[in-house]
Amino acid sequence: MTTQVFKIPESLRENVKYSFCPGCDHGVAVRLVAEVLDEMELKEKSILVASIGCSVTLYDFLNVDSIEAPHGRALAEATGVKRARPDKFVFTYQGDGDFASIGLAESLHAALRGENVSAICINNTTYGMTGGQLGPTTLLGQVTTTSPTGRNLEYYGYPVKIAEHVALCDGTAFSARVSLDSVANIRKAKQAIKKAFEVQRQGLGFGFVEILSTCPTNWKMSPSKAHERVRNEMMKTYVSGVYKDVTSGEQAHIMRPSFV
Amino acid sequence: MIAEAPSSKKILTKGNYAIAQAAINAGCECYFGYPITPQSEIGEFMSGKMQELGRAYVSAESELAAMNMVIGACSTGAKAMTSSSSCAVSLMQEALSYATSDELPVVLISVMRGGPGLGNIYPSQGDYFQATKGGGNGDYRLIVLAPSTVQECVDLTYKAFYLAHKYKNPTVLLADGLLGQMMEPVEFKEYPYPEIDNSSWALTGAKGRDGRVIRSYAPLAENQCVFLEKLFAKYKAIEENETEWEEIGTEDADVILVSFGSTSRNVKTAMKLCREKGIKAGFFRPITLFPFPSKRLSELASKTKKMISVEVNMGQMINDVRLAVNGKIPVELINKPVGAPPAPEEIVTRIEELI
Repeated sequence: MTTQVFKIPESLRENVKYSFCPGCDHGVAVRLVAEVLDEMELKEKSILVASIGCSVTLYDFLNVDSIEAPHGRALAEATGVKRARPDKFVFTYQGDGDFASIGLAESLHAALRGENVSAICINNTTYGMTGGQLGPTTLLGQVTTTSPTGRNLEYYGYPVKIAEHVALCDGTAFSARVSLDSVANIRKAKQAIKKAFEVQRQGLGFGFVEILSTCPTNWKMSPSKAHERVRNEMMKTYVSGVYKDVTSGEQAHIMRPSFV
Repeated sequence: MIAEAPSSKKILTKGNYAIAQAAINAGCECYFGYPITPQSEIGEFMSGKMQELGRAYVSAESELAAMNMVIGACSTGAKAMTSSSSCAVSLMQEALSYATSDELPVVLISVMRGGPGLGNIYPSQGDYFQATKGGGNGDYRLIVLAPSTVQECVDLTYKAFYLAHKYKNPTVLLADGLLGQMMEPVEFKEYPYPEIDNSSWALTGAKGRDGRVIRSYAPLAENQCVFLEKLFAKYKAIEENETEWEEIGTEDADVILVSFGSTSRNVKTAMKLCREKGIKAGFFRPITLFPFPSKRLSELASKTKKMISVEVNMGQMINDVRLAVNGKIPVELINKPVGAPPAPEEIVTRIEELI
């Protein structure tokens, strides 16, 4: 008698071949999403809104009904899908540029309205698909093709902390930041995705997970060095954790008035 | 003021309300919009009525978001719409390009005002190019219907939903501030078109089948070639089946006046005044701006001596008239840059100068 202990999730397409660069965390993130869809039995009622960037071909990997939104508009389209078909499970998968730069208005307004959808945002501190330009999440000091001497405040201003901003929206039911740099953190990431999906299932509002990810190609690092950078640099600015969870009563404590 | 529809009784109402009620009668399930004069009454009407009917209404954060919400709703096969005006319709051009590529039945009510830029809130026909040529990227067409009365605002809103779903192509009702704000008696008949089966493509959840994908990304050039050939075969079918126009007195005309939308009403009167004066004038009104009735205008060009395009803009539709006529006869312009259409008497005076 043999027991199957590992299998390819049913929510992934047959013979799936990722087109991501070697060492990129996208593949792990997509796999986690597929596992959660399987475990929560959501595949057959899911509608995915894909976005622009390295995440654009997500529909080649996930075997769910999907539509590809223009750059930044994923959560506007997700709003349309969910309002038209409230019985469906609706989620987006976006990069940080898509979610927090060109699509910041659509993203935060979906959260502010409390749209009952879920959003996954991959934060790799750069525009990956176009070759590593400075994005909204590029760290101070980080060298990119459009910040050749590093991100400085005079020219570029501050990076955006996405999970914190989402947590501040009254319509947000769950907001967390996770990373994929270790087995333990991958397991935490999966739990966060599950929670973001669960709040939608319960009709509690907007569910959000920001996933800190590697971009070895554009960072010009080996996959293991790239994960070291996630740990040693990214996680200092982008602190992992749950920023809001209406099911546990935990709230964001990001902005404390100084006059208390 | 607001009709309880459908019914055979005539009701006095303004164009914007008529359009909104017609959309509801047509079975519109979702409205997404952002206010802009002179069409805000459409969203106001929808906000109350859609909630009352248990349908979807969202006050979008921008027109850009509104049109993308329509795309999302349409991807599930729902009947969905937005309404806007001129400078705000500009914000929807990206999404309209995507929606043609996605082949989605988007309905847009475009109530024209003065431009370019913020312009003003007077009526205008300055968005003929925006609607028929598009401001989005790539090769695509929108189906464009141009009402000239409040009754036609109703009838062509019905038709917009039908054609959008029949051809899976974004469809625009191109009205203007005059029609939007003007009150006329209208009859709200039953939605006269068959419902279109969208079960072969709509996103419903991948139950017992593989996931469907609605996408416009075609990384391989040959795929994009195949897609565009297919898209334009569809546009050819639309031209063959759906081109619509009105013509009066064209058979013996020495000069044919070509005009669309609200402006055409004064042009029709001007044509009759011309006849009283012994000028053999004819009247031609494209009802579909895409497909444009080029074939018929080309035939008429062989029978008449001159055409005059009458527009409230700096001369936009005249380009399509000239292309149709293809140099056979002269095509002149009578225009007013913005505002209410020129009076019939003024049009007659200018016709007399041109012939």
